Amino acid sequence: MIRGAALGVWDFVVGDDWRTAAGVVAVLGATAVVAAAGLPAWWLSPLGALATLYRSVRRGSLG
Amino acid sequence: MSGAEASLAVSVFLACAVEAVEALTIVLAVGSTRSWSSAFSGVLAALAALAVLIVALGPALTSLPIGVLRIVVGGLLLVFGLQWLRKAILRAAGLKSRHDEQAIFEAEALAAGRAGAATGEFDGYSFAISFKGVLLEGLEVAFIVLTFGANQHDVGLAAVAAGAAVALVVAVGFAARAPLARVPENSMKFVVGVLLTTFGVFWGAEGAGASWPGGEAALPVLALAIFAAAALMVRDLLLGPPALAGGLGR
Repeated sequence: MIRGAALGVWDFVVGDDWRTAAGVVAVLGATAVVAAAGLPAWWLSPLGALATLYRSVRRGSLG
Repeated sequence: MSGAEASLAVSVFLACAVEAVEALTIVLAVGSTRSWSSAFSGVLAALAALAVLIVALGPALTSLPIGVLRIVVGGLLLVFGLQWLRKAILRAAGLKSRHDEQAIFEAEALAAGRAGAATGEFDGYSFAISFKGVLLEGLEVAFIVLTFGANQHDVGLAAVAAGAAVALVVAVGFAARAPLARVPENSMKFVVGVLLTTFGVFWGAEGAGASWPGGEAALPVLALAIFAAAALMVRDLLLGPPALAGGLGR
């Protein structure tokens, strides 16, 4: 039952492309690192999100 | 109503309307072929389960420190938004089949017929299928209502937008007594994907410690940029696989 619930949560949050979720974690992590260094970091998340989307769409288009 | 509040209401309304159309198709299929009363019981039970979830998770979410809330919620909205957008892009480019409510209705009705005749007043099949359909379609909406509402400190506005969408879809669906096949689901999913991604990027970056030039005024600029980029991806896919496949990452 616990395994089933965990799989349900995984499927709900991560969906059918785990690399998108991993990309989001990487983008926000990089944003946090740059912001913590005192540098402007706002531009990183939109660019990172679009790059993640592009790669995901590309994988989907290749089947 | 501020721009952010209007965006919140539109995002929740559209997301909720799309999921309500999908849930309605399932309920209409089992209700019209087997038992309306059992199908409605399943709907009510699912709505009760969703309400319990919202009541349980709502206070927990709103008690989180705002920085933690924004990076967690921003990250999750970003994951959901990118997934909605990817599917909408692939559908718009003809690489993924579009959601066809009429076909889904016919498949559900066929499966309901094959499950054997309903016996007695309570039909377990109708109840279970309606319950599962409404619960699964409603989970994502409940999450969107909670996270948008908690972040904007306006769960009430998000709940009103969600309720209005469900009421509209149910009223139109039952007036037509047919699945809402003409609802432009893909276009709505495209817009919702753009909005979820926009808010995910905005809140995620703020939670990670970044400051947006212009504050909330950056939201419409972000939304336009994400919409334009997604539209370009559709265009590239329509022009042929080499245009997109030969780009980034090679």
